[in-house]
Amino acid sequence: MGSIRFENSGKTYGNGPGAFLALEGVTLDVADKEFVAIVGPSGCGKTTCLRMVAGFESVTSGRVLVNGKDVVAPGPDRAVVFQQFALFPWKTVEENIEFGLRNKNVPKGERRDLVQGALALMGLESHASAFPHQLSGGMQQRVAIARAYVLDPAVLLMDEPFGALDAQTRVVMQEELVRLARVQPRTVLFITHGVEEAVYLADRVAVMTRRPGRIKEVIDVKSVRTGEKWDDLERIEDVMDTESFVHLRTQIWKSLREEKIAAN
Amino acid sequence: MALTTGRSLLLATLSLLLFCTIWFLLPATGLVSEQFLPNPVAVLERIVTLIGDPFAGATLPTHLSYSFGRFFGGFLLAALIGVPLGLMMGWFPTLDALATPLLDGLRFIAPIAWVPFAALWFGTGVGGPIMIIFAGAFPPCVINAYQGARHVDVRLIEAARMLGTSNIRMITQVIMPAAIPSIIAGLRISAGLGWQSLIGAELIVASTGVGFMMVQAQANVATSTVVAGMVAIGVVGLLIDILLRRFERAVTRNR
Repeated sequence: MGSIRFENSGKTYGNGPGAFLALEGVTLDVADKEFVAIVGPSGCGKTTCLRMVAGFESVTSGRVLVNGKDVVAPGPDRAVVFQQFALFPWKTVEENIEFGLRNKNVPKGERRDLVQGALALMGLESHASAFPHQLSGGMQQRVAIARAYVLDPAVLLMDEPFGALDAQTRVVMQEELVRLARVQPRTVLFITHGVEEAVYLADRVAVMTRRPGRIKEVIDVKSVRTGEKWDDLERIEDVMDTESFVHLRTQIWKSLREEKIAAN
Repeated sequence: MALTTGRSLLLATLSLLLFCTIWFLLPATGLVSEQFLPNPVAVLERIVTLIGDPFAGATLPTHLSYSFGRFFGGFLLAALIGVPLGLMMGWFPTLDALATPLLDGLRFIAPIAWVPFAALWFGTGVGGPIMIIFAGAFPPCVINAYQGARHVDVRLIEAARMLGTSNIRMITQVIMPAAIPSIIAGLRISAGLGWQSLIGAELIVASTGVGFMMVQAQANVATSTVVAGMVAIGVVGLLIDILLRRFERAVTRNR
């Protein structure tokens, strides 16, 4: 069970005349097991939104709640998948995935089973004893996702997780994430600047304004996805070719472009 | 431009040869007297003799083993206290604020300045010299561990925090492994300074060791024995550094 609530959340860096207003009155609800993507022009503060849920940064006005409780510090109930993977380079794949479980003092036998499950879930069985630097970017991000999933977090926070990957790998990972969302649905907050990625993955897409960032509009994708039976299509390009997908993409793209133009 | 291994080895040999040649020529041509600067051949002969025959109560290897024992004691103590302290200072801001001003002042006091107190507090046998080596070896252990801890990739710290890592595990499982290159660089500096301090310590307080041997030689104007001691110190120092570099490579293999 996991829900996220931004309640008129604001973030100001510094104070006095040099103060920098990054976010202003962000209001957004992410329901249990819902996948919400936030898109926005660069520098709009979308990553800051995620970091406030993670507990890396605090709100300066309003509230950020997870399961109805104010976020005060980072914790394993809010697992983060970073753009730069952030795996521990001196630990093997297995040890990286196991790390959070050890923090929680999960008994050894149970720990081993959970790690094996996470390895299998992400197709990493044959790389269990490899070190991160021996893996490709896509594989490293699989490890980071496994490391987050294995903790069974209330919410999963993904900060442009595929931004550092090449185009082909990104597509594979996007399909992988859709598969994951089906077999093990989680509450996900997904930050991206890719409109297609957002439409393909999310139940709802929140578009942010330019700085100071606010939620401009929230677009429902789920009803279209179910209505148009996207899930029956095997490949990402098939989905992206459908008229309904193109329509949504254009709608969001236009909304985003207004902000980009206004910012310049 | 990087040099190939063969080329840098050649250059190293050349510089050593050139050094020895000048060293040999200075007394040989009569520019300086043999008493002022014993020639390298005499020094080499002296070293060979010292390996078998005792001087100042023991042979050169025996003196060296005493020295090394003292060095190792002081160095180990400095590493075992200094590295954890530096890492903790890097993680706990309060400890940092408490300890940094004190250490910043203390590290400017030369190890040799502690000699009277070392002798007074720990005696001239084992404790005194170890304390002087400790005084020399301790600061780089702390400073490098601290710097290493402060410069850990913030993304790894954040990853560890969101995974619910406790302070203890943060230090032992994240900060320490991340700071290893800096820690080992510190240990190498620390070993160098410790080994140097040892000789200073032995010149004054010990009754065995290479330093002691050199003081005795100086009193007898046995200059070739003094230089033999210097060579032995240099060679052992180099060996210690090579050993630590091996250690460094072994632990950073998987990066």
